[in-house]
Amino acid sequence: MSNAKFKIILNGLINENPTFVLILGMCPTLATTSSAINGFSMGLATSFVLIGSNVAISLLKNLIPDKVRIPAYVVVIATFVSVVEMFMQAYVPALYASLGIFIPLIVVNCIVLGRAEAFASKNSVFDSALDGIGIGLGFTFALTLLGMVREFLGTGKIFSMSVFPDKYGMLIFILAPGAFIALAYLIAIMNKLRKA
Amino acid sequence: MTYILIFISAVFVNNIVLSQFLGICPFLGVSKKINTALGMSGAVVFVMTISTIFTYVIQKSILEPYHIAFLQTITYILVIAALVQLVEIILKKISPALYQALGVFLPLITTNCTILGVAIMVIQKNFNLLESVVFAISTALGFGLALILFSGIREQLSMVKLPKGMEGTPIALLTAGLLALAFMGFAGIVK
Repeated sequence: MSNAKFKIILNGLINENPTFVLILGMCPTLATTSSAINGFSMGLATSFVLIGSNVAISLLKNLIPDKVRIPAYVVVIATFVSVVEMFMQAYVPALYASLGIFIPLIVVNCIVLGRAEAFASKNSVFDSALDGIGIGLGFTFALTLLGMVREFLGTGKIFSMSVFPDKYGMLIFILAPGAFIALAYLIAIMNKLRKA
Repeated sequence: MTYILIFISAVFVNNIVLSQFLGICPFLGVSKKINTALGMSGAVVFVMTISTIFTYVIQKSILEPYHIAFLQTITYILVIAALVQLVEIILKKISPALYQALGVFLPLITTNCTILGVAIMVIQKNFNLLESVVFAISTALGFGLALILFSGIREQLSMVKLPKGMEGTPIALLTAGLLALAFMGFAGIVK
């Protein structure tokens, strides 16, 4: 793979990481990261929608009139979300139940529409697919990391493997306030690392 | 009694922002000044109530009788987007003053996940139409309450000297975390 193509993927993973740098798509980031595996699955589901919608919109970009492009993009995105929703309902019902309402809400995840508008509507199909992969990886990485931190502090486990007994866990990190606090410090650390 | 319980539960106990994590983007985005927070809250109350009524009626009279409930997500998002546009046009015509106050916030609302979230939640919770309306209004008020409280704190925060890395989003999230902690005190009031 040539260097320029590789850069597109790296861009989504680091320079324009949707969670830590662009601060987009906060709702699923906070809500679905009570454990590492939940965060990881949410990241994958969103990545699939991102790649699918990026490719579809890039293919359709010359057919969609400029004035109605936003509703058109939303329909394309909603289609992919419905596909993911039905797929998960059929094959991984337990996961579908634990992610709950946040699966249909991928439609209003600003990252997906944002990449459609900012990247897929201007670039070639292949580049758009790479951008979807890059941003998807960045999002999945961020969610998994946040999920690991919260699961570790809250229950003493990482990916359900026990590190210390869970009676010493700080339950607050599994609950709502812990999500905000853990993400706050993660972003602060990322800010520090990127500037250094 | 049911309605009062729905109200208290939606405003305090299961606050949409601080315990359900919906609508975080506008919560972080338009909370720098109290005035904009008030405008946004007003617009959300307005749109959420109308859109919940519309999506509820569509669900019960079209999607369910014809067994096409799997089109829920697509239908809802289109209805909400169209509705927001419509509200904007009508408001401009009949009440320019209200339009002035809410105008800039209306387009932002389409991507506010609380609207779609509540529309889906009332179906999942098996509410009837009146319960859905009460739920929508109270959820929107809960959103407004959290947003206005948060913006008041942020106005004060802007005068504080912070470590470099904590400026901006991190300190806002930390504040939201403490606010969520405070709201956890309401847990247990309603089962």
